[in-house]
Amino acid sequence: MFKKILIANRGEIACRIIKSAHAMGIETVAVYSDADDGALHMRMADEAVHIGGAAAAESYLLADRIIEACRSTGADAVHPGFGFLSENAAFVESLKAAGIAFIGPDTKAIAAMGDKIESKKLAEAAGVNTVPGHTGAIADADEAVRISREIGYPVMIKASAGGGGKGMRVAYDDDEAREGFTSAVNEARSSFGDDRVFIEKFIEEPRHIEIQVLGDKHGNCIYLGERECSIQRRHQKVIEEAPSPFIDEQTRRAMGEQAVRLAAAVDYSSAGTVEFIVDGQRNFYFLEMNTRLQVEHPVTEYITGIDLVEQMIRVAAGEALSIAQEDVRLTGWAVESRVYAEDPYRGFLPSTGRLSRFRPPAEGKNVRIDTGVEEGSEISMFYDPMIAKLITYGGDRAEALTRMEDALNSFDIDGIAHNIDFLNAVIRHPRFREGRLSTNFIAEEYPDGFQGAPLEKAEQSALVVLMAHIDAAERRRARLIEGQAMPRPLPARDERVVLCGDERFDVAIEHDGAVIALDGKHFAVRSDYKPGGRLVQADIGDRHMVVKLRRKGSGYSLNYGGATLEGAVYSPRGAELAALMPYKAPPDMSKFLLCPMPGLVVSIAVEVGEAVKAGQVLAVVEAMKMENVLRAEQEGTVKAIRAAAGDSLGVDDVIIEFE
Amino acid sequence: MENIIRQLEAKRAEARAGGGQRRIDAQHAKGKLTARERIELLLDEGSFEEWDMFVEHRCVDFGMEDQKVAGDGVVTGYGTINGRLVFVFSQDFTVFGGSLSEMHARKICKIMDKAMQVGAPVIGLNDSGGARIQEGIDSLAGYAEVFQRNVLASGVVPQISLIMGPCAGGAVYSPAMTDFIFMVKDSSYMFVTGPDVVKTVTQEVVTQEELGGAITHTTKSSVADLAFENDVEALLQTRRFMDFLPASNRERPPHRPTEDPVERTEPSLDTLVPANPNKPYDMLELIEKIADEGDFFEIQPGFAKNILTGFIRIGGDPVGVVANQPMVLAGCLDIDSSRKAARFVRFCDCFNIPIVTFVDVPGFLPGTAQEYGGIIKHGAKLLFAYAEATVPKITVITRKAYGGAYDVMSSKHLRGDVNYAWPSAEIAVMGPKGAVEIIFRADIGDTEKMEARTEEYRKKFANPFIAGHRGFIDDVIMPHNTRYRIARSLKLLREKDQENPWKKHDNLPL
Repeated sequence: MFKKILIANRGEIACRIIKSAHAMGIETVAVYSDADDGALHMRMADEAVHIGGAAAAESYLLADRIIEACRSTGADAVHPGFGFLSENAAFVESLKAAGIAFIGPDTKAIAAMGDKIESKKLAEAAGVNTVPGHTGAIADADEAVRISREIGYPVMIKASAGGGGKGMRVAYDDDEAREGFTSAVNEARSSFGDDRVFIEKFIEEPRHIEIQVLGDKHGNCIYLGERECSIQRRHQKVIEEAPSPFIDEQTRRAMGEQAVRLAAAVDYSSAGTVEFIVDGQRNFYFLEMNTRLQVEHPVTEYITGIDLVEQMIRVAAGEALSIAQEDVRLTGWAVESRVYAEDPYRGFLPSTGRLSRFRPPAEGKNVRIDTGVEEGSEISMFYDPMIAKLITYGGDRAEALTRMEDALNSFDIDGIAHNIDFLNAVIRHPRFREGRLSTNFIAEEYPDGFQGAPLEKAEQSALVVLMAHIDAAERRRARLIEGQAMPRPLPARDERVVLCGDERFDVAIEHDGAVIALDGKHFAVRSDYKPGGRLVQADIGDRHMVVKLRRKGSGYSLNYGGATLEGAVYSPRGAELAALMPYKAPPDMSKFLLCPMPGLVVSIAVEVGEAVKAGQVLAVVEAMKMENVLRAEQEGTVKAIRAAAGDSLGVDDVIIEFE
Repeated sequence: MENIIRQLEAKRAEARAGGGQRRIDAQHAKGKLTARERIELLLDEGSFEEWDMFVEHRCVDFGMEDQKVAGDGVVTGYGTINGRLVFVFSQDFTVFGGSLSEMHARKICKIMDKAMQVGAPVIGLNDSGGARIQEGIDSLAGYAEVFQRNVLASGVVPQISLIMGPCAGGAVYSPAMTDFIFMVKDSSYMFVTGPDVVKTVTQEVVTQEELGGAITHTTKSSVADLAFENDVEALLQTRRFMDFLPASNRERPPHRPTEDPVERTEPSLDTLVPANPNKPYDMLELIEKIADEGDFFEIQPGFAKNILTGFIRIGGDPVGVVANQPMVLAGCLDIDSSRKAARFVRFCDCFNIPIVTFVDVPGFLPGTAQEYGGIIKHGAKLLFAYAEATVPKITVITRKAYGGAYDVMSSKHLRGDVNYAWPSAEIAVMGPKGAVEIIFRADIGDTEKMEARTEEYRKKFANPFIAGHRGFIDDVIMPHNTRYRIARSLKLLREKDQENPWKKHDNLPL
C-alpha cells in the first residue's frame, strides 16, 4: 500500500480524498495555489506544497510542479480528483516515468475515452448502444446538412473535444444544421483548439443516467448501480440521485452490463463512470465515459456502502477488488445538491467574495457535507463556483428528499450569493417529487428564471404564526431592560397584526407566545428561538419547520423551502398607521447599465453620445473565468460611461448611464 | 362641576381633533402621520401622559384672536419606551402648520426643564412650517428659549430629533444642537434658506429634497444621522435606539439580558485580515461578530464611510463602537471621518457609554482638498475627543496603525484603558515602503536594495512586537477570542473612575 498520497486538486474533492486516505492510515500531501493559501484542504493534509499562481494554468494544471511536489515530499502516488489533470494521459505518463503511481485508470483508457468520436467507435465495437449518428470527419456545412437528413431531425452537432456544453448545437431543420455546424466548428476551435465536430440524433425529453463502474488490474470489473443526473442547468449538474426513479431492475442490469463491457474493452482499472442518455421508453444510449471520480460519487457511496476513493487507492496499489458483482446491494436512496456560489435571482450569475457566514447543517448518518470551504473562506473568481455538496440519505426517495429539505433549510450562508433557495425549490417541486425528470427540467419549469419558490397557504400561515411568535419573544425580552420607571407587563392575550406586503394577518399571542391564534385556529408553537437567532427550529401546530431568520429594519425576513416571507408585526393600531404609509417604488435603474456580478471590466464597447439598439453589446465583464457580454435591453443614447477597462467592479456598480 | 367636566371633555375632543379632519387627511395624503399618531407609535401603548393640552396662543393681531386651537400646534408630555421614561414633544402640522408660537415654545421648554430635573431623554418630533409670523418676535424669542435649553441639556440628558416634515430657517437650530437627528425620506427636509431664496441669491435651481432631504443630510452634509423610509419605521427604530442610551448622564447605559454567551468564539475572524496588506476587508463583519446577537445600530452609515460608528451590546451592556473601514479609502482618517467619529466619541463620553475602537488606519488622507479644508483642525477634534474621554476605552488594532493616526485612534498614550493587537497588527510610523524611501533615500535608484530594505523594515516593524516591548499594547489576542477579551475588559473597567481637571469647559478645536 502507498505510504503517502499527493492530491493534485483543491477544494471539497481534495478534502474528501484526504479523509479516505487518513482513514486508511496513509499520509497525505496537498498542493495549493496563491489563491488557496490557508485553504481547508491544505490544512487537512499532513503536508502542503505551494505550486504556483492563482490561475489553474499556473498551478493545478502544471504537471511538472505536481511531480516536483511528489519528489520533494516523497509521495508515492497521486490522486487527481476530478477536473484539472484527472483525465490527462500525458500527465499519467509523466508520473509513470517518475515512478509515481496514478490513482486512476491507465493511459490507454484515458486516451480512448478522452475523444468523443473514438470512444463512440469503441463503444459500438463493445456492443454498447450508441446514439445514431455520424462520427467521421465532416468537410463543410453542406455535408453536415446531408448527414443530418440521413440521421433524421432533430440532430445535435457537437465538438469532438467538447465538454461542459461548449461547442454544442441542436438543429431542427437544414438551416439550423448549416448554422449550427458553422458556429460549433468556430466555438470548438476557439475553446479547445480542435475544430472537429460530429452529428448525432437528438434525443427529446432525455434523461441523463450514468453507471458507476469499478475495475482492478486483475481483470475484474463491476458496476455499482446508476445515478440520475437529469437536473442540469446549461449542462451543469445541479441535483443528482441514486438510484434513478425511472430505471427498473432489467434496464439497470442491461446498462450495467454494457458499461462493464465497455470498461473491460479498455482494461479499465479504477472507478469510472459510463454516461447514458435515456429516452422516455427507457432506451439508453452511450454518451461518454469519464475516466475519473465523479462529483456526484457520494450518492453511490451511500446506497452501496462502498468508499469509492478507498477502492481507487486499493486498486491503484495493485489489490484485487474484494467485491464481486453479486455482493453489490443497493439500499435506500441518496440525493445530492450542489451548492454553487451563484445568484439564482439574477440569472445564476457567479458570486465571489468572503463567506462571512457558512454554517452547514449538522452531519450525521443521513446527512453528509463535502466541502472545501469554511466560514471566512474566500470564494475567488479563479475556480469552479461549487462550494459544497450536500448529500442526504433515506430508506426511500421521499425520506431522502425530506431530509434534503430540512438540511437546505438549515444551511446558513452569507457574504456571497448562493443557490440554496433554488435547490430547495427544485427538491420541493411537484414534478421533481413525481420523478418526472429530464435534462430540460430546469429550462421547462423555470423558463423566466427563478423568483423564489411558491409557498403553500398552510406554510405561509405557519410562517406568519412563527413571525408573531418570534416577535413576542423579542417583546418579552425588551421588557427586561433595566432602568424602568414604569414597567408594564404584556397582556395575557396580546392582539397583534402581521403585515406581509399587502397581506394582513390578525393574530393573538397567548401564553407568552406558546399559543398563537390565526384565522380562528389556535397553533401551539414551540421553538428554540433566542433573540438574535438566525436559525429557528419550530413546531407550529403539527408542522416541524427549520427557518432562517433575518432582521430587516423593524421587521423580519423568514426563509423556508426556497421562499422568503418578509413582514413586520404591529399592534392593531400600529398596523392601522402602517397601512397609511405610502408605497415607494424602487428607484428606476433602467437608465443605467449595472454590473451584474463582481468582476473585471474587459472592455466598454460604446462611446458617450452613441445611440444603441436593443441587443447591442455594451461592455464585457470577466468573472469566474467567464467573459460576460452585457447587452442593451432597449434603445437609448449613452449619456456617460462610469467605468473603464481594467476596473474591478462590485454588484450593481454603474457602468454606463443612458439619457 | 358636571358642567366643568363636560367642558373638559369638549376641550379634550377639540385638542385631539387638531386642525380638523380635512387637514389630517391632507397630512395622511402626504404619507405623514399626525402628531398624536406618531406619539402612539413611539411610546409604549397607553403610557403617554399629555401636558398642556389646554394651552392657547395669546396673539391678537391679524385676526389670530379668533383662531385658537387647544394645544397650539404641539403635543407635549411624557411616557415610556420599554418602561423607561422619556419626554416627548410632537409638532402638529395640522394646527397653524405646526408653526412655533410663544406658547408652543413654552410647552416644549416645560418638558425640557422637567426632563433635566428628573433625568430623562427628550425626543422631539419636528413637523413645522417655521415661526408663527403673526406673533413676530415673540415667536423668535420662543425659538431662543428652546435653543438655550437644548444647550443646557446637552450632555445632561440625551436629546433626539426626528425630522418628519418641514424644518426650515431658524427652526433647524434646535435639532442641530441635539445629539442625534433622524429624518424621514421624501417627507422631511431641513435647510436654513429654501429653494426659492437659493434661486434668487445664487441662481441655483434645486428641489427641497435635493437641498435638504434625508438623503442629502445623511450622505452629503452629515447634519442628520439616519434616514428612514417612512414615519412608522423612523418611530419604531427610535424605540430600538433608545434602548442603548442611559436616561441621563447620571446613569449607566441600561443592561438588557441576553442569551448570547460572552465566551462565544468566532473562528472565522482569524482569516478576516487578508494576507496581502493592501487588500481591504469588511470591518462590519468584525463588529457584527463580536456584538451580542450580531446587532449593530449604526450611526451615520451613509457618511464618511471610511469610519464606522454605532452602538452594540456586549454581555447585555451598551457599548459605542468606532472602527476604521478598510473597504473605503483604505480606512484613512480625513476631515469627514474625523468629525463623524469625534462627535460620536464625545456623545459616548457624555453618557457613560464605554468605547471600543477597532483600528486599521494607514494614516491621514493627503491632498490639497484636505489641507485647505482644515484637516489639521478637524483631525484634532477626534484626537481631542479620545484624549478627554474618561469612559472605559478598549482598543483593538487589527492591522495598520500608522503614524499620527495611530496616536489618534484611542492609543495607550491617550489613556486607552486596554489596548489589544491582533497578530496581524502593524504598529509603525508608516508603511514599509514609505519608511524605507525616507530612511534609505540614497538607495532609491537601486530597486534590488530597496526591496531588501523594505523586507527588512517589514520584518522588523510590521508586527505588534515593537509596540508590545514598550507596553503600548497590553496583549496580543487571537481574533477569534476578541468578543470574550473585550467583554472581560468591560467588566474590569465597570467601576473605572477618572476625572479631568476642573475647568469651565474645554476649548475643542471647532
